[in-house]
Amino acid sequence: MRDLSLHVLDLVQNSLTAQATRIEIIIDEDIACNQLRLIVRDNGHGMSQEQCKAALDPFYTTRTTRKVGLGLPLLQAAAERADGSLQLHSQLGQGTTVIATFVYDHLDRAPLGDMSLTLMTIIALNEECCFTYRHRRGEREFTICSEELRQELAGIPLDHPQIAAWFREYVRELEKSLEV
Amino acid sequence: MKSLEDLRKLRDSARQMMHLREGGEKIRIVIGMGTCGIAAGARETLAAIMQELERLNLFDVAITQTGCAGLCDQEPLVDVFLPGQPRVTYGQVDEERARQIIGEHVVNGRVIEKWVVER
Repeated sequence: MRDLSLHVLDLVQNSLTAQATRIEIIIDEDIACNQLRLIVRDNGHGMSQEQCKAALDPFYTTRTTRKVGLGLPLLQAAAERADGSLQLHSQLGQGTTVIATFVYDHLDRAPLGDMSLTLMTIIALNEECCFTYRHRRGEREFTICSEELRQELAGIPLDHPQIAAWFREYVRELEKSLEV
Repeated sequence: MKSLEDLRKLRDSARQMMHLREGGEKIRIVIGMGTCGIAAGARETLAAIMQELERLNLFDVAITQTGCAGLCDQEPLVDVFLPGQPRVTYGQVDEERARQIIGEHVVNGRVIEKWVVER
C-alpha cells in the first residue's frame, strides 16, 4: 500500500466483511505532538482475542478461513516504520477499533494520499452502510456524515456518477481547507 | 466551492432522468476490493469507471464490490453483467482498460475477449 488512504480503504473492507453498519474513520494530524493517528471504528461482529492475534500475523491465517487479509500486518509495518504502532481493540459482538499511530514528521511515514477517492469508493459502493469521516489537522477539522448526504439526496443513490463526482470534489475541497 | 446547494440541484436533475428509464433489469458492474484489489489499483479503476459513466451519461448502472476472488495476480478484477447475459470477468483492469470496457462492452455489448479471465 502506497499511502494511508489505501490502508483506510482496506480497513473499511474488513469492517464491511464483519457486517458493520456504522463505520467511523478519524484522521488526526496532531502536529503539536508530532503524531498522526488513524482510527477506524466499526460496529461489526468483532473478534475474539485469538482472532485479534491471528489478524496481526500474516502467516497464521489461511485464505479460506481468514476474516482479514494481509491488510492489518501491512498497516502495522507501515506504522512501525514511522516509529509508531498499531492497536487492535475488539470483542465478539462489540465491534472493532483499529488505531494506528505514526511519528508525524518521520521520514518513513507514508503520505496521507487521496482521501477523497477513498471516501468516494466507500460511499458509492456501500449504499446500506453509514460512514462518518473526521479529519483534524492542528486547529482545523471537518466531519462528513453519509447519513446527512443521504437525507439531502432523498433516494438518489450515492453511486450515481454525477453525485459521486460531486462528492469527490466536495471532499477534496474540505481536505484543502485544512492546509494552512 | 462545492456546496450542498449544488448537490440538491444534481439530485433534482438526476431524479428527472431516472423517471425516464424506470423498469427493466439494470446493468451491473462488480469490482474486487480485497486487499489484493486495492493494492493493484482497484480504487483508481473504479474512479475511471465512474468518470466514463458520467461522460457517457450512463446513470443507471449498479456498481457494487466484492472481496478477494482468489485471482489476486489478475487484480483489479471487474465483472460485467448485462441484463439477461452471464457474468464476464475482466482481469488487470487499469484505468485505460476500464474506459474501453465501458465503451465496448457496456455500451456496445461487445465482449473484449483478450482481457477476459473468467466467464
